[in-house]
Order: sequence, then structure tokens, then C-alpha cells
Amino acid sequence: MEAALAALQTAVREAHEARTPLRLCGSGTKDFYGESCEGSALELRSYRGIVEYEPSELVITARCGTPLSEIEAQLAGQRQFLAFEPPHFGGDPTIGGVIAAGLSGPRRSQAGAARDFVLGAVLLSVEGVMLHFGGTVMKNVAGFDVSRLLCGSLGILGPILQVSLKVMPLPREEQTLRFELGEEAALTAFNRWAGQPLPVSASAWWNGLAWLRLSGAPAALRAARAKLGGEAVAPEVARDWWHRLRHQPHAPFDGAPSLWRLSLPSTAPPLALGGPCLIEWGGALRWYASESPAAEVRRLATAAGGTALHWRGGAPGSRFHPLSAAVLDIHRRLKARFDPHGIFNRGRLVAGL
Amino acid sequence: MSAAPCTSGSPRPPSDRVRERSPNESFAAATRARRLEVARCLSALLPSDCLLSREEELRPYECDALAAYRQQPLLVALPRTESQVCAVMRECRRLGVPLVARGGGTGLSGGAMPHAAGVLLSLARFDRILELDPLARTARVQPGVRNLAVSEAAAAFGLYYAPDPSSQLACTIGGNVAENSGGVHCLKYGLTVHNVLKVRGCTVDGELIELGGAALDAPGLNLLALALGSEGLLLVVTEVLLKLIPKPEVAQVVMASFDDVGKAGEAVAAIIGAGIIPAGLEMMDRRATAAVEPFVKAGYDLSAEAILLAESDGTADEVAEEVAAIEAVVRTAGATALAVSHSEAERLRFWSGRKNAFPAAGRLSPDYYCMDGTIPRRRLGEVLRAIAQMEEKYGLRCLNVFHAGDGNLHPLILFDANQPGQWERAEHFGSEILELCVSFGGTVTGEHGVGVEKLNPMCVQFSAAERAAFFAIKEAFDPPGLLNPGKAIPTLARCAEYGREHVRRGHARHPDLPRF
Repeated sequence: MEAALAALQTAVREAHEARTPLRLCGSGTKDFYGESCEGSALELRSYRGIVEYEPSELVITARCGTPLSEIEAQLAGQRQFLAFEPPHFGGDPTIGGVIAAGLSGPRRSQAGAARDFVLGAVLLSVEGVMLHFGGTVMKNVAGFDVSRLLCGSLGILGPILQVSLKVMPLPREEQTLRFELGEEAALTAFNRWAGQPLPVSASAWWNGLAWLRLSGAPAALRAARAKLGGEAVAPEVARDWWHRLRHQPHAPFDGAPSLWRLSLPSTAPPLALGGPCLIEWGGALRWYASESPAAEVRRLATAAGGTALHWRGGAPGSRFHPLSAAVLDIHRRLKARFDPHGIFNRGRLVAGL
Repeated sequence: MSAAPCTSGSPRPPSDRVRERSPNESFAAATRARRLEVARCLSALLPSDCLLSREEELRPYECDALAAYRQQPLLVALPRTESQVCAVMRECRRLGVPLVARGGGTGLSGGAMPHAAGVLLSLARFDRILELDPLARTARVQPGVRNLAVSEAAAAFGLYYAPDPSSQLACTIGGNVAENSGGVHCLKYGLTVHNVLKVRGCTVDGELIELGGAALDAPGLNLLALALGSEGLLLVVTEVLLKLIPKPEVAQVVMASFDDVGKAGEAVAAIIGAGIIPAGLEMMDRRATAAVEPFVKAGYDLSAEAILLAESDGTADEVAEEVAAIEAVVRTAGATALAVSHSEAERLRFWSGRKNAFPAAGRLSPDYYCMDGTIPRRRLGEVLRAIAQMEEKYGLRCLNVFHAGDGNLHPLILFDANQPGQWERAEHFGSEILELCVSFGGTVTGEHGVGVEKLNPMCVQFSAAERAAFFAIKEAFDPPGLLNPGKAIPTLARCAEYGREHVRRGHARHPDLPRF
């Protein structure tokens, strides 16, 4: 791995000196996500491998190019998993790409987001120097929390060379329940359930059906089932449903030219965007295949207290929800200090940066 | 709770080591003149009862709960509204006056110690819970609201706010945000960073910004993570949106005794290895139980070298299953005695010693110095043995309480500030513990923050390039460098003066050399 690292360091240093933009590449499973960017490819898959995994410490450390499948297999062998359920999008993403994108699956509203499980990260600076932030321990407040800043940064501050992630024990049992409910009634039910001590691990609504996954100790599941009622879904049907939702959340909208992913307060009422809506995360994530003008979608999302991401379609440079002027200023200054010549994934997350 | 901030139990300033040097006449005159000038500017923006400038009014603000480090501020401002905060910040920026924000003053690392030429901005009057939404399970609060007050208000809806630092009666949410505070339930329920949805605050330019949101994902870089634990270096928090979670139906605690601290450490690993994430997992060594038992009468096994407290919460059946599983694991791990709480009163009694460890240390010794290192759990036995050797080296006693679930150690070094040299020995003892934590792949602070106290050990944990990255972040938020300057990140010059080398986590420079 020394040679792979040295090659990356040299490539970055040279690009910085020559002011040549770089496009950071993992497996390419999320090339469709967010903005595209120009630049010569910096291949990160070669820097790979699990560095340390100590099940009783609940931490795994891996180099950026490690395939997610390899990490998930290691964890499963010890009955552990990544509780934010990172989506695969039909391929085998690298762990660096997973953290750089910061996307989370169905368990997000209960277990937390990708960033909540990041304990440490190593960043490759424009000078080709390895910068270590955070660590492998659960509690760490020494210095600013740069490792969590890098999660979701889409590479604009530099390549994440290595990450340490908190892992969790696999739940002992899972059971999915299904309820016939309208959109509004489902939203109310999701929020009410989330306010009670129930072992809910995921929820979704599509086409008149609310799906609720329970995970945990058998005794807790029995008690919850008695309380909730609903139709018990056969295990293979449930597995298939959550699998598709996790890895291909946009699948129900295949063929639609314009797909929106709205992040809203879970209690926001249904939005007047027309077309069918897929609800995840207890109401906090909503997908719409809307043909409404972007400005109108954004206005409705903002009015509801959230933001809208143009997942598919939309004009380049305007896929992410715009930032407020003061917050954009901080982004500009951060980028200018971490990457003064703008060589890393320029424009991938924020236009011009 | 901002009153009497300098009276808590951590080290008093030894008479020969008071940090504020006695100023010479011209310096005092210049300070008075500057005080008058800044007070005149700020008095135009604040009602008269929101500005303190007389010596006797400033004194209570000289320090936070780390009383060994004291400094009188130029002025104290106690604004009531967000627009007053912004106005004060704009004016300070115009005048080039440093600004230090202060919450409950319970911090243990000197993070709220004033700046000699700066304004101390107390958020004590921002003490309202603005909105509690039981359906959305959120509380919108002002930064001066006490941590426990949030859970008390949410209790009517069967909800609570999970992070519970031991100072939760007095510490404020603003301070929790600044320090990314933890507590005894972090392993299962997370730190402040996992329980805050949105922070609203004022930048050094006097502009309001919002980071995060009521929705779960926010566009752009994850600046909220930077704000949490930023120790007042990036912005002044004016409002926080907290996540509330349902209160578990039942909680029960298992108390296990061990005749060896290493075995207790292995029991912790075995519990987690068995797929159990206890709601709380705490350890005390023999010194600590001996110190607290006469005080709290919790019924601790005083013959045990270590006792372990493991809490399970959930539904009644779930807890019964988990408690049985924990009992089985700790027995196999060699527990010499076991007790399980059978009532809420008993559960609280088991916990009482752990929660009262600090005041108990205060009864044993005129002064104590609380450390906050974190280590990978598997190194616990080694670290405790090394601390025992350091006790001999420095001639001081140390009690060990430990958030075993997340590897966070709180050694309490006992000393007497009135005995010449003891405070210095305690400081060196503490630094050696922290540097040991770093060499084992841990960190110098798990939850108390760097403040002024751990600037030197930060030089050992981070390289010059890493510290430069921290300064880059500081400059991106605070270009003129006026917010809590001099705290949290050591300068290159300071580290050069300290003279210890940076140790790469987990890889001491000379791993072959015996360290203790």
C-alpha cells in the first residue's frame, strides 16, 4: 500500500503545483449524484484494505478504496453491520465514496446518518500530506470535528484516504408490519410511533401502504407487535422491499425525467407537487417525480422547513438546494484554505467551488 | 446558574501561581481607559443592566469550573435578545475586541475563561424553551437553558433529551453545543452531535446563520459538525433545535465486582462482543468506591478492585432478557459478586456513587484535578497499571472513574494546592496520562474540551499540518480571530515551547521502549 499511497501523494502534489483540476474516482456508483465535474481522474481504488477491525471496540478502520462488500462481509462474520445502511446503487461502492457522499439508507431516521458513525478520517492535503482527524474512540473532542465535516463533502476538500467507523451489533430479530393508510394518515402514524418506546428501525409509505420495520430483542418485537397490530409481512417479501428501498430508492420512478429528493421535517403535511410520492425516514425524506418548475419545488420545500435536491434531471450547477449567502461565504473561505487552486472536485458540491 | 462560577471543587489557584499577573500602573491605566471606551460603545446598544464593568461585578466571571485558570475580562455583557447579541458582536468586530461566550460556567477545561482585553458574553439570560413539539419530537431552546430542564419539560410527553453530562443540573445547552458534551448514556444514545438537529448563531460579523435543520439532511458541507464542539471559536450560539427521544419503559442496572481491573475491562469487551449495547456502562476502581461509599452508602463491594455498572433499558421483557444476558457474560468474565437493581430507588442508589465521584473526591482531598482522556477499551488494564505507577512517581493519589462503554477515563488526581509544588506535580501527572492515551490510539479529551487546559497535550496529538487545518477552519468562520482566541488549538510557537513531539495515534515513536 506504500506505493499506492506515494503515487496518490505525488499525483496530488503535482496537480496542486500545476493547478490541474482532479476528479476523485472510486467505483463510480454515485457518478449520477449531485453535480458533475471536470478534471483528470484520480483513481482511489488502489489504496484499499481493512486496516483494523476489533469487534469488541465497535470500530472498523479501512482505506478509501476498500469495497463496501468486503467491509460488510467482515462485519457480518462478527454479527455486526454499518447501521446507516449505505446504499450500493446497483454496484459495489468504495468506503471512501460512501463517506464522501454521506448518503444513508432506510435506518437513517432511527439509527443516524453516515456522518453519525464517522469516528475518524485521514485527509490527503493539497501538499500531499496525510492529515489525521478524530480517531478510533467513541468520544473525542480534541480539535474541530473534521472527520464529520468530510462526510458528505463530495471530495471538495480533498480525498478521504481512510476512515474509522462505529459499527453496531446486528439486531437479533426483524419483523416488518404493513398497514393500509393514506399519505396523511401514514405521516401522522409514523410520527406518533416514533414518539413511543418502540423498536422501529425503518418506515416507508408508497401507494397506499405504510411499511414499518421492527428490529431488536425478540421480547421487544413481541410487545411492539401486540401494541401496533398491522399485517405481518413474510420475511422474504420484507427483505426484498427494504433491500430495494436501500439500494435503489428511486426505482419506483424509473423512466421519470425529473426526480426530486426532499428533506423535510417529518411532520410536514403532504406537498402539492402532483404525481406519486414515496415517503421514507418516518416522513423526513420524500421523493417526487415532479415536472413542476425547480423554483416552485424549492419554494414549497423551503416553506415546509426543508430543502429539495434534484436527484435526476435539472440544470447542471443547480441540483443541490442553494445555500444562504452567509453560509456560502464560509464554504468559499473553507475551500480557499483547504484547496486554494480549486483542484479537488471543483463544482461537485457547490457551483464554482 | 451563572452565579458563583468560581466556587466549584476543582483546583484553586495556588497563591504563588495566580495566572493574572499583578499589572503595573501604566498597564492598569490603559486597561481602565480601554474599558471605559468599549463600555461607552456597548452602552449605546444594551440596556444599562446588561453591562457589567465594575471590578466586583467582573470577579464572578474570572473562571469556569476549572478555577486554576483565572482572568478578569474587560467587560461582561449579558444580552437578552438575539439582536442585542448581533449588535454587540458587530461592535466588537468594529473595535477589534475579543469575545468569549459563557453558558453555565461548569466547563472543566477553562473554555470560558475570559480574555484580558475582551468582552465576556454571558448567555445566562437566554433561558427559555421556545417550543416543544411532541409530535416532531423536537425542542427549540435558547442556549442558556439548563440541560436537565429540557428533559423535565419533555417528560410530560414521555420524551427526554439523551445527553446527560454529570453537571446536567447546572450546565446549559449552549455550553453542551460548544463542548459536544457526553454523559453516561453515550454508547447507546450518542453525544451532543448526535442529538442536535440545528444550531442558529451569530457570526463574528454580527450576522445570523443556521446550520443543520429541522429536516435530517442539509445541503452543502456539514458545518453543523464543526459548530458542535467548537468551544466558542467559530460562532456564538443563539438557538438550538434538539432531538428528543421516547423514554424507555424500564431501566435496570447490573452491578458486578471484580478482583482485578483488567478482568473488569475484559468483561466490558465481552458484553459488547456478545452483541449487547448497554444504555450505560461504567467502572470505578477500588479507590473510587472507597471514596464515595461513606458519602452515598450505595452498598458498593469495598473489597472489589473494580466494580462495573451496566444498565439495560427498554420494555420490561426486553430488559429482563438483556439483564440475564449481561449477568451470564460478567459471571463468565470472572465477576466475584453480582447485584441487580429491583426498584427505581435501588437503581438510582447504584448510580449515586458514580454520579457523586467528583464531590466525593472533594471530601477526600483539598483539591482534585479531573482528567478526560479516551482510549480503546482493550487498553484499559494497561492504562490503569501505568496510572498506578505514576501515582508513585508524582507522590499523588488518583481515583479512577471510567465511562467504560466508550473508553472515556476520568482519573481524579488528588492534591493540596497549599502545599508548594503539588499543583505543578498534578499538572504533570495529568499531562503524562493524556500523552499515554494518545500513544495508545486515544485522545486527550473525550468530552470536557481542550479549552486552555489541554493546549500542550494537543501538540502531542496533532501534527503542525493538522493544527494548521484547524486554524484554517477558525479563519473561515472568524477571519479577524476575535472569537475565544487562544483556546482549543495551540499555536506553532506554543508547541515549540512545550517541546514534546507529535505522536502518531497508536504508534508511539519508540514502541519498543517500556513506557511505565
